[in-house]
Amino acid sequence: MNLTLTKAELADLLFERVGLNKREAKDMVEGFFEEIRLALERGETVKLSGFGNFQLRDKPQRPGRNPKTGEDIPISARRVVTFHASQKLKTAVERLCDASQRT
Amino acid sequence: MTKSELIARLAGRFPQLVAKDADFAVKMVLDAMSEALARGDRIEIRGFGSFSLNYRPPRVGRNPKSGERVHVPEKFVPHFKAGKELRERVDIMG
Repeated sequence: MNLTLTKAELADLLFERVGLNKREAKDMVEGFFEEIRLALERGETVKLSGFGNFQLRDKPQRPGRNPKTGEDIPISARRVVTFHASQKLKTAVERLCDASQRT
Repeated sequence: MTKSELIARLAGRFPQLVAKDADFAVKMVLDAMSEALARGDRIEIRGFGSFSLNYRPPRVGRNPKSGERVHVPEKFVPHFKAGKELRERVDIMG
């Protein structure tokens, strides 16, 4: 039941169903995620309709603490990636509760 | 960047393929990812991040217009955690 989808499975799928050769299928999957990383690196939002959006958030510095020593250490300002699932994906995933006893 | 821009940029990486291959590949990858989550599977892409599901227990909510109490059933919501490489590459302040 609980399986994990990885780049290897995605490449197999492109090999079997799109007719790319193994090398092309692997490079295509790598390129897919690299183009998304490049766009985010440039500061662009990535909008994949039907799946979701990857957005960037600039977070200001905030006070933090080393949980081991209790020492006060500020958490530096940073840019982070957030993902917002599309309504279509949210609906597809929500139904898991009715479909099976997963809880 | 939109889906069609992603397809165009990917097609540019593969001059030996026809443009339709990149189009088909992007749609197939996104479908496979959606279907995996809809089955309750995880997605782990090294250097990019992982997608998993978070459980939300049932709760009593309120209709914000009428103030009426409504039962909100339990559900799962998609969750993305950026991987180390992606985190480091987007963090222009770090």
